[in-house]
Amino acid sequence: MLSSESLIQIDREVAKYPPNNKQSAVMSALRIAQIEKGWLAPETIEFVATYLEIPAIAAWEVATFYNMYELKPVGKYKLTVCTNLPCSLMGAQSVVEYLQDKLGIGFNETTSDGKFTLKMSECMGSCGEGPLLTINNHKMRVQLTPAKIDEILAGLE
Amino acid sequence: MANIEMDGKALSVPDGSTVIDAADAAGIYIPRFCYHKKLSVAANCRMCLVEVEKAPKLLPACATPVMEGMKVQTRSPKALAAQKAVMEFMLINHPLDCPICDQGGECQLQDLAVGYGKGGSRYQEEKRVVLNKNIGPLISTDMTRCIHCTRCVRFGQEIGGIMEMGQIGRGEHSEITPFLGHAVSSELSGNMIDLCPVGALTSKPFRYKARSWELKHTASVAPHDSLGSNIEIHSKNGTVLRVVPRENEEINQCWLSDRDRFAYEGLAAKDRLRRPMIKQNDVWRECDWQYALDFAVHALQALKEKHGAQQVGALATPQATVEELFLLQKVMRGMGSDNVDFRLRQSDFSADAGLQGAPWLGMAVAEVSKLDSVLLVGTNLRADHPLLALRLRQAAKHGARVSLLNPLDDDLFMPLAAKAIVSPAAMAETLDQVRRVLAGETVSGDAQKIAANLQQGESKAVLLGNLAQHHPQFSELHSLAQQIAAACGAKLGFLGESANSVGGYLAGALPAAGGLNAGAMLNNAPKATILLGVEPEGDTYNPAQAMAALRSADLVVALSAYKSPTLLKSADVLLPIAPFSETSGTFVSTEGRVQSFAAAVKPLGEARPAWKVLRVLGNLLALDGFDYDSSEQVRDVALTGAVSVKLNNTLKTLKPLSKVTHGALQRVGDVSAYHADAIVRRATSLQTSHAAANNARMNGALLSSLGLCEGVLIKVSQGEGSAELKAARDDKLPDACVRVAAGSAATATLGGLFDEIKVERA
Repeated sequence: MLSSESLIQIDREVAKYPPNNKQSAVMSALRIAQIEKGWLAPETIEFVATYLEIPAIAAWEVATFYNMYELKPVGKYKLTVCTNLPCSLMGAQSVVEYLQDKLGIGFNETTSDGKFTLKMSECMGSCGEGPLLTINNHKMRVQLTPAKIDEILAGLE
Repeated sequence: MANIEMDGKALSVPDGSTVIDAADAAGIYIPRFCYHKKLSVAANCRMCLVEVEKAPKLLPACATPVMEGMKVQTRSPKALAAQKAVMEFMLINHPLDCPICDQGGECQLQDLAVGYGKGGSRYQEEKRVVLNKNIGPLISTDMTRCIHCTRCVRFGQEIGGIMEMGQIGRGEHSEITPFLGHAVSSELSGNMIDLCPVGALTSKPFRYKARSWELKHTASVAPHDSLGSNIEIHSKNGTVLRVVPRENEEINQCWLSDRDRFAYEGLAAKDRLRRPMIKQNDVWRECDWQYALDFAVHALQALKEKHGAQQVGALATPQATVEELFLLQKVMRGMGSDNVDFRLRQSDFSADAGLQGAPWLGMAVAEVSKLDSVLLVGTNLRADHPLLALRLRQAAKHGARVSLLNPLDDDLFMPLAAKAIVSPAAMAETLDQVRRVLAGETVSGDAQKIAANLQQGESKAVLLGNLAQHHPQFSELHSLAQQIAAACGAKLGFLGESANSVGGYLAGALPAAGGLNAGAMLNNAPKATILLGVEPEGDTYNPAQAMAALRSADLVVALSAYKSPTLLKSADVLLPIAPFSETSGTFVSTEGRVQSFAAAVKPLGEARPAWKVLRVLGNLLALDGFDYDSSEQVRDVALTGAVSVKLNNTLKTLKPLSKVTHGALQRVGDVSAYHADAIVRRATSLQTSHAAANNARMNGALLSSLGLCEGVLIKVSQGEGSAELKAARDDKLPDACVRVAAGSAATATLGGLFDEIKVERA
């Protein structure tokens, strides 16, 4: 179900905890699974649970609690824009409008070519550099301007 | 002990207890939703907030340990205000549909809203709606009513042994649900209905049947296993509408197995026998009691005259009451016959001569929770003894070493210290290896590990389950277990199969002077046979043989609650008797506890309590000593003297290990949980909950060597009988074994539970 590369990564996470506490690795395991699959389908969650020897529902609880886990398919690039107060003061609203205009989608929507999904998020803890967004949870782009956004989008193939 | 003050009362409470424990012990009620004495503390409902002196904020009583000198106020203005506020929050998203809610009248939310809430709510906005989940045929869900106490979730994790429910989402979007599309399958799932403090989880079979205050409550005892779980039968207008547990810390605690809880549906089955029937010229017709009894008595007497008393015999279900079993054997012995037995699924009776008393658990049920080390031999534990499994699970959680010697390896939801999964034919030999290790020899493999575990700990037991008791080498297993128990200082015990597996011995319902036992009678039935509650197709070791034997008898008088098709084929007279809910009676549980109960409802139609029928039968046969006025009188005669001295698991003479030769494939015939007796076989909701049980299971190696694959229809046969079942793969089964569960109609045509079996493509 998951590639051997992903399983090796999960094993590395499992090894960080005592042998009887495989459950502790559930968040990392779900993250690794999401990187490979793009999103967490019920079968993926069930697979991760079985791999960690925990009930499927226990993994599903975790997957539904944190909103960086995607429970529905998303585009190739998920752009998550912070809209909390410091970013808003720095112009997050115009960043959002620019992105929505340019991509032709609203929040929680995916472009028809399946390339981009736009999401709204809470504070990412880098308020000094707002407005900002993340790409697929892992890469952060800061101090956004329309020009910089064009450059970022052009760089995503 | 800590000295605290609660609501001005000085209390002395054990160290480490919580404020809510102290309050409960002192009779001070603190309202609560999420706290339950048998579950871990979640402290998420906030209903039990109390004021503690010097604490800056209110504290949850369920999660606050007592401390020396603590001053607690549960009804101070601050505490009352907090209760009102929590209650208001609790009801924000609650639909308040009490008039159509089955929980109405027995709802904690309703009660606490009255006792601790305020008159109205300030919430004007829309309430949220949560979609209902289909979690199977036993539990009905109304998830909008849920208050997220997570009792059902914790029950699965901590008591049931498997987490089946969980809370997904966050904050206002939280929902209690099983994993996507899964039904709840635990054999203890019904307890979630009791635990749910609101109407979110309610009984599906009971849905909209009655309001709780209309029900008549009768204390009774569960008849489907040997534990003697205390139950309360709830009835309305003479119909049993539901069964709930009655708390008894020494037996079932506050739990009840699904089988004991939902089997009541079988009491109202369509094929209940309402009037006596006789068969004349192969045609069944209903008649009155007088006629049926006269017919039976004349036929019995005529056959006794013609063939002698040894051609008269009686078989009873171990689910019958002590009174019924006692009177049945009295009728037999009055007629001069010693042919009487209730051990219908036993196949090896060769230890009978060595028995010194009734085989029993060997300890109190409560002691099972405190065992340090236990060896289970031949048991489908979760199916056959769900609440003993629960106790062992608790013991295992606290470090007990549980070992298993079994042909089945179903998940027991508890850690096993050692296990040997072997074919039925190899069980005695493996057990002998354990004995030899304890005697100082060295053997390789699992036996060594099992023996090592038995050598540790103080309180130990060797327990023989149903599979061991049905096993063709039962006496050898018994002898070996006895030696092992003696060698390691463990108690020897039997997990009784049915409600009166001990009571039958005490009532004397087995041959005492060379009479025929159940095995002999079901092989070659006496010319005149009386059946008490027996359904040969599901209750016997070898249904095919039992059916043939009964058909060859000249007269079969069946006392039965049901008009079952096999009885219509094999019997000549059917006398309608009352099941446990409609008669007074007594069960002696597997720990030797004598529990009498009263009838909850009147017998259906013209059915009568079997003890009364047997009394009349005794009188009509002109036998002495059948002038009892009540079932209590019968019981007092049947159980004279202390019960404890009549319980004994020790064999006088040990049976040596024999060499067994076996055919190519051996059947592993466990009795499926929901086909164990006549009542539960007719409980429709339980049947649909585990419909997939009728498979022939074997390991992958055997499947491929037979050229079969999973899911294909195959023909399994034993002797003359055969059945068509689906092949299923279970790699945990030992080699050369085919697991075909017994008890259901689909396998009623087959032979012995552990005999040779043939498999071919259908």
